[in-house]
Amino acid sequence: MSYETVIGLEVHTQLNTKSKIFCGCSTEFGASANTQVCPVCLGLPGVLPVLNHKTLKHAVKTALALNCSIESFIKFDRKNYFYPDLPKNFQISQYDRPLSYKGHLTIKDKDKTKKIGITRVHLEEDAGKLIHEGDDAASSYVDFNRTGIPLLEIVSEPDMRSPGQAYLYLTTLKAILKYLDVSDCDMEKGSLRCDANISIRKKGDTKLGTKTELKNMNSFKGVKAALEFEVKRQIKLKEKGEKIMQQTLLWDEKKQKTVSMRTKEEAHDYRYFPEPDLVPFVLKQEEIDTIKNNLPELPEARLSRFMSEFKLSVYDGNILISDKYLADFFEECAKTYKQYKNLSNWIQGALSSELNNRKIQVKDLKLAPLELTKLLKIADEGKINNLTAKTVLTDMIHTGKSADTIIKEKNLAQISDSSALEEITDNVIKDNPKPVGDYKNGKENAIMFLMGQVMKQSKGKANPKMVIEILKERIKNA
Amino acid sequence: MSISREDVKYTANLARLELKDKELDILSKHLQDILDFIDKLKSVDIKEVAPTSHVLPIKNVYREDEVSRSLKTSDALKNAPSKDERFFKVPKVIE
Amino acid sequence: MNNNNNLFSLSAKDIITQKTDPKSVIASLTERINKVEDKVKAFVRKPKINPAAKPSPKTNQPLWSIAVSIKDNICVEGQLTTCASKILSGFHPPYDAEVITRLKNAGAILWGKTNMDEFAFGSSCENSCYGPTSNPHNLDCVPGGSSGGSAAAVAADETIMSIGSDTGGSIRQPASFCGVVGLKPTYGRVSRYGLIAFASSLDQIGPLTKNVYDSALLLNTIAGYDHKDSTSADIKVPDFTKSLGEDIKNITIGLPEEYFTKGINREVKIAVDTAIELLKKKGAKFIPVKLPHTQYAVAVYYIIATAEASSNLARFDGVQYGYRKDTGQGLIPMYRATRGEGFGEEAKRRIILGTYVLSSGYYDAYYLRAQKVRTLIKKDFDDAFKTIDCILTPTSPTPAFKKGEKLKTPLAMYLSDIYTISANLAGIPAISIPCGFTKNNLPIGLQLIAKPFAEDTLFKIASAYEAETNWCKIKPKL
Repeated sequence: MSYETVIGLEVHTQLNTKSKIFCGCSTEFGASANTQVCPVCLGLPGVLPVLNHKTLKHAVKTALALNCSIESFIKFDRKNYFYPDLPKNFQISQYDRPLSYKGHLTIKDKDKTKKIGITRVHLEEDAGKLIHEGDDAASSYVDFNRTGIPLLEIVSEPDMRSPGQAYLYLTTLKAILKYLDVSDCDMEKGSLRCDANISIRKKGDTKLGTKTELKNMNSFKGVKAALEFEVKRQIKLKEKGEKIMQQTLLWDEKKQKTVSMRTKEEAHDYRYFPEPDLVPFVLKQEEIDTIKNNLPELPEARLSRFMSEFKLSVYDGNILISDKYLADFFEECAKTYKQYKNLSNWIQGALSSELNNRKIQVKDLKLAPLELTKLLKIADEGKINNLTAKTVLTDMIHTGKSADTIIKEKNLAQISDSSALEEITDNVIKDNPKPVGDYKNGKENAIMFLMGQVMKQSKGKANPKMVIEILKERIKNA
Repeated sequence: MSISREDVKYTANLARLELKDKELDILSKHLQDILDFIDKLKSVDIKEVAPTSHVLPIKNVYREDEVSRSLKTSDALKNAPSKDERFFKVPKVIE
Repeated sequence: MNNNNNLFSLSAKDIITQKTDPKSVIASLTERINKVEDKVKAFVRKPKINPAAKPSPKTNQPLWSIAVSIKDNICVEGQLTTCASKILSGFHPPYDAEVITRLKNAGAILWGKTNMDEFAFGSSCENSCYGPTSNPHNLDCVPGGSSGGSAAAVAADETIMSIGSDTGGSIRQPASFCGVVGLKPTYGRVSRYGLIAFASSLDQIGPLTKNVYDSALLLNTIAGYDHKDSTSADIKVPDFTKSLGEDIKNITIGLPEEYFTKGINREVKIAVDTAIELLKKKGAKFIPVKLPHTQYAVAVYYIIATAEASSNLARFDGVQYGYRKDTGQGLIPMYRATRGEGFGEEAKRRIILGTYVLSSGYYDAYYLRAQKVRTLIKKDFDDAFKTIDCILTPTSPTPAFKKGEKLKTPLAMYLSDIYTISANLAGIPAISIPCGFTKNNLPIGLQLIAKPFAEDTLFKIASAYEAETNWCKIKPKL
């Protein structure tokens, strides 16, 4: 029997702001416990929330980029439930009138594109952190630093048909959020979290199957793996004729499997009602239009442009645009260097691997685009070979020096002076009679060995093209 | 509308309130009286009436995204019934 | 000139006129408290002034030398603030309410925390973990509530002025029962920041004073926009004392027939009718008005107020502050025991009612419907104020009742707020001023209600009436 998978994702992303959503406490990551708290975010008796303007602007910007309609009358609601990480025992969120709804984003699955519907995007406050491991085994420990961090909840329609599509949805969404500069989207820091709803049904069925909710994934790969596991688990149950239970499952990263939440889930009754301590927010159409007109170029548009303007393949284009700063860097280089394919290879290859090795973000890179293009031009002119160019690039990133300086200081320029090369070549021929003989007897490959010896003696600086020519000539004439 | 003892029990659990049996009896009766009284609202014609959440027409009240000073951890923890140097302590959830 | 022995009986106006120094005021009040507080029990603890604390040297401050007592639901930094509830035992707020900041800046002496019904739930000041307060005019009677301690302290001359809060009549009803002046300002006139919320959309802080001038003077200090309260109105605050003494010849006062029905006590009716005649003589014009939805006000109020309260009081859970009962059985039993033991009977009743009306399946039938009827009640007032400047009613259908009389029948207690609740639902200002005594020497109050932000109209009419009567000067025999 063949099945169809149905996936919907709920993403919570932390908005880039200096201060929290309803108070002036810092949102800086990594502070010591309970140092970024005040009466307001601690929900002390008598305090009142005041909305951080930037959170609403960011939310509207994101909603527009996701092609959502914006609610003209924005209000907040209280979601009431008891939990120790929730100081007021209610969360300020949005219920029946989210600030935006009915949007979509487009994913590119190989050559096909697919629209994934966005049900709603709304603003809410984050909860604190409950730590279960401490000195006292009977106690949990509460840190309220994260309480009141502004969150955007982005809920998709159940439009994804495979874990792979879910993964693409997440990378596409992340790229959009980064392009908008509204979120860091760093899952490790908890600034992006994702829950998934998944069900399966017989191919051709229109009714949705019973869904399970997956939580606790801490990377996009984790989301994909959890979904893949869950598809298999659900199919196995169906094949055995067993019922799929509606439940929340936790992804166990170590064991690579989903496990049932042990806690008994109560029927939720959140008793939503309008937050009386916050007044409504009414956006004028002109304000919305201004934000819309000032949206930056988004990844999808940039990809098309890269493909037409720089004649790049979808593959290369996708890699470059996936990180806004990488794409910016490419474009800056492209102003002074027109071998776009070669440029793209260098940025995706040598530069990216160096950044990976050193764990440097592109946006923190100190290398000026112009410096990279200078280096590439030097290599193109044959002044240094590609291998040397790579080591020069490493040095440039490390020291901040220009390519010229490094080549000069380390005396890396290729030896293209034929008399110098002839001297080395003669020595090599004299010292390696056997390979020379082999070559003479028609073993073409032997020349590569000799060439290697020349390079070795020249400390890699010999101009390879010239070496080959000289070798061939000298052996013939010997 | 009538409210049963079970309704009161369910509601008390939502509100995380422990009620003794006697309290439950008295409360059920009082709540029934009040709900009967409240039922008079059913006779009001509310068709096409918008709900009032805020009596004043105030809107768009924001603060700018600026960091202000937080409490010292010791002050934040000062009133806590149970704590260590950095954290509030609560009993673990026991299933 | 008064000597120190009776400084306590002075109004703020007298003290300012006589330039009495703070030390003498405190000494006199302390003496008075030592004499009468054991009978009245207006305070949750006897007020004490740190002898080391130097009085403000700025003698030109508007409240210099004036002792102001604070209802126990308003946060004062470092001072025990409990809402007269066991659940907040030991809570010392790390911050000042906005009104407290303003009082301090005006040079006022903060003179103790006054008793109240727990979390302002009640109309008799009997629901307090500290025990009941007595009516200074008859110690067997209640002082009214919930700001009963604030009203009794002023009536008994244990303080010069006090601050209360009014959600459904909690300033005006006790003012009426104790023979003092009590004002509930327009919603949004005074910042709620630091007022421990009962019902956020109804709560308002206001003055309880010995005369109308003092009321205007105290409002001058506490009124005004506060950026920490989103619902605070950014509207200019006039000098309210300037509206006192103006003539009322061109004033039209409405008499709502719905407030003069058979439920009203005969002596109250006579006192109010006499007051109407007096105002007519001073030139005010009276016309009948209709407020047809008045009969629904109590029902609407008990839905909205308890719903908001159930959420506002969720934070009292034994985690961050206050009472905790740890049963050793984990988190949820701790919550349940803490709240079960920490809250009094009336608080539990209201939390349950409020939780019930918000719970799944009942929201539309109760909360949403109540909000819609609230719209109609507000519209009644909007319509009435098209033709009149002010509405006159009794403050309460009865004078102060005996202690214990209504404790067993909550609904009867709720109905004692029948005349005061509408002003909170409509968000409009209302004042209660003394207008006579019963033959048993219990004070009677009359209520004036005006349109939003027209407190000056209230002061104008109230002061015109006060100028012709002596009620404010009749002191209880203690």
